[in-house]
Amino acid sequence: MAESAYKEMWEKLNLDIDAHEGLLEVLGKFYGDIYLSQQGRLQGAEYLDFVLSEVHGLRIKELQDAKAQGRKIIGSFCVFVPEELTLAADAVHVGLCSGADAGTEMAETMVPRNTCALIKSFVGFKLAKICPFTESCDVVVGETTCDGKKKAYEAFAEHVNMYIMEVPQQKNACDHDLLRAEMKRYMEELEKLTGKTIGVDDIKKGIAIANGKRKAIQGLNALRKADPAPISGRDALLINQISFYDDPVRFTAKINELCDEIEARIEKGEGVAPKGTPRLLLAGCPMAVPNWKLPYIVEGSGAVVVGEESCIGSRNIRDLVDEDATAKATTVDELLDLLTDRYMKIDCACFTPNDERLDNIADMAEELGAQGVIHYALLFCQPYSHEAFKVDKTLQAKGVPMLAIETDYGMEDVEQLKTRIEAFVETLES
Amino acid sequence: MFAGIDIGSRSIELILLEDGGVVRSGRLPTTFDPAAQCRTLLDGVRPKRLVATGYGRSLMEKLAGELAPGLDVQTVTEIKAHALGAHHRFPEARTVLDIGGQDTKAIALLPGGKVGKFEMNDRCAAGTGKFLEYTAGVFQIPVEEFGTYALQGDAAPDITSMCTVFAETEATSLMAQGEKPQNIALGLHEAIVKRTANMLSRVGLQFPVVFAGGVAHNPCVRELLSRKLNARLGEELLVSDDPDMNGALGAALWAARQS
Repeated sequence: MAESAYKEMWEKLNLDIDAHEGLLEVLGKFYGDIYLSQQGRLQGAEYLDFVLSEVHGLRIKELQDAKAQGRKIIGSFCVFVPEELTLAADAVHVGLCSGADAGTEMAETMVPRNTCALIKSFVGFKLAKICPFTESCDVVVGETTCDGKKKAYEAFAEHVNMYIMEVPQQKNACDHDLLRAEMKRYMEELEKLTGKTIGVDDIKKGIAIANGKRKAIQGLNALRKADPAPISGRDALLINQISFYDDPVRFTAKINELCDEIEARIEKGEGVAPKGTPRLLLAGCPMAVPNWKLPYIVEGSGAVVVGEESCIGSRNIRDLVDEDATAKATTVDELLDLLTDRYMKIDCACFTPNDERLDNIADMAEELGAQGVIHYALLFCQPYSHEAFKVDKTLQAKGVPMLAIETDYGMEDVEQLKTRIEAFVETLES
Repeated sequence: MFAGIDIGSRSIELILLEDGGVVRSGRLPTTFDPAAQCRTLLDGVRPKRLVATGYGRSLMEKLAGELAPGLDVQTVTEIKAHALGAHHRFPEARTVLDIGGQDTKAIALLPGGKVGKFEMNDRCAAGTGKFLEYTAGVFQIPVEEFGTYALQGDAAPDITSMCTVFAETEATSLMAQGEKPQNIALGLHEAIVKRTANMLSRVGLQFPVVFAGGVAHNPCVRELLSRKLNARLGEELLVSDDPDMNGALGAALWAARQS
């Protein structure tokens, strides 16, 4: 997917051209093996292929064009950073590179070796100069969802313009107040950065765009209840992944089109796997591009993934900002309250207690007709590794089997994972 | 005739079943050319169906056409194969432990030999046959004799590291301190047993327990594990004469069951 036409742009962004070429080559091969080889794929997947093939090309050019028009680029790593406010400031909100072993050795000069792959990877991408998103950012917004990230951002701040947003860890009234204050502080930061005063209509516009995007994926997830499964888990994950990268309005339109195609397919009783194929829900840590390892193994083991309980998945799209209340709101303060209400519903494992996540997983498994759940935790990710025990207990009580997996972006454990996942699928079949 | 083949990291086992009974069994080291070893084992064999298990199971799907045109080849995981094999040999068994060359598995059995819960080691070979093989090398003793040697020890020093390489370092430094080598060997065996017992408890250990896989031949691991699990009278570990054939047997049984 490397395009020499973009070389000049990448040089201006000070990317390491050779290393970046290498990355795109690996990514392209990986994509071919995991995505393009799929049978019975939707027509609308062309959009996904296009976005991914241009993720470091055309999309970056769009970011540069936006910058030339005076718009600011905001990078983030977490669903807690309110895109609505970024959009209200007429800035561009993008996710940053992670999801692959890249620049690991360099990253280990800044963060401890026993750090989760996601953190090591975003640091590595920056130090290896192979992420054009990071290089395009005017500011990178970090957040305090785990100690690993919190401390990594301190080191990261030596290399990028960093802004840290505090995320509470409980859900009491005072925690709500904290997040509300952080919403305000972020808004003011954006105003400072863009020189624009954010008004009621701006936030309403931001809410409409973000809600639209979330509704499109909600619609997609509802269609995935069908048996046979109308879309592979890999493609669904990719849709969730590119929702962090592509222009939100274009993304929403394209996913709505794709949903129309899926509806037609369901009507004809067609799917990506035969009716009755074991259905699994993935739950746990986020899977950033190009971390397709687990869904690929699952779907190569005779099962189909029907849902993603993850930040790059349901956690990012389940809750909308209240639309009726937004329509009635007349002040910025009211809108910030509504945003806070929405974001306080996120069931990230950084919260204590976090019992709503247990119920949400059980509900998702039931709604999607999943016969089993695979709990995915990145090695050294304490919050999700801990919650695996509780999730297992909750699901056991509901008679839903669960397999807990801890892994990272490396490929050396693929054979062992295959054995465990195939064996798990066998127990569902027999 | 139905065939089961278990392509493991150390050895490949073949079982042929006819009318429910084993008519032939064979075993070869895996080597760096497992395909050639499979060909040798299957030479002249024309089963109605062949089920492959073990980490090399998908290799058999690739070899199918070459071995015999139209040969029906299927795969099952080692987990399922060991559950089926153990249930066949010991129908009363509730838990299966399989320690192979590079993997350890603990399986809770449901009635009929179905798999309930299972646990498997992560990427590292701590506590597997590889661990024994590697540490036996430190003593310059063939791995087959390592268990008998370790049973001569009388006071095992605590080996705290489960990492195969670090355990070797620990063993070497204990030797340098003048510790009796038989005791160090015993300590290494205890390290495996401790880890295995933890894995068994995570699947909800219930007796009777079948011990399968190549490491079940090791008398020291058997002895220490029996003690560790606090087996009640008459409930010692169930070990067949050829525990390393258990996976291949399970695969063959599955082949026969699919008709």
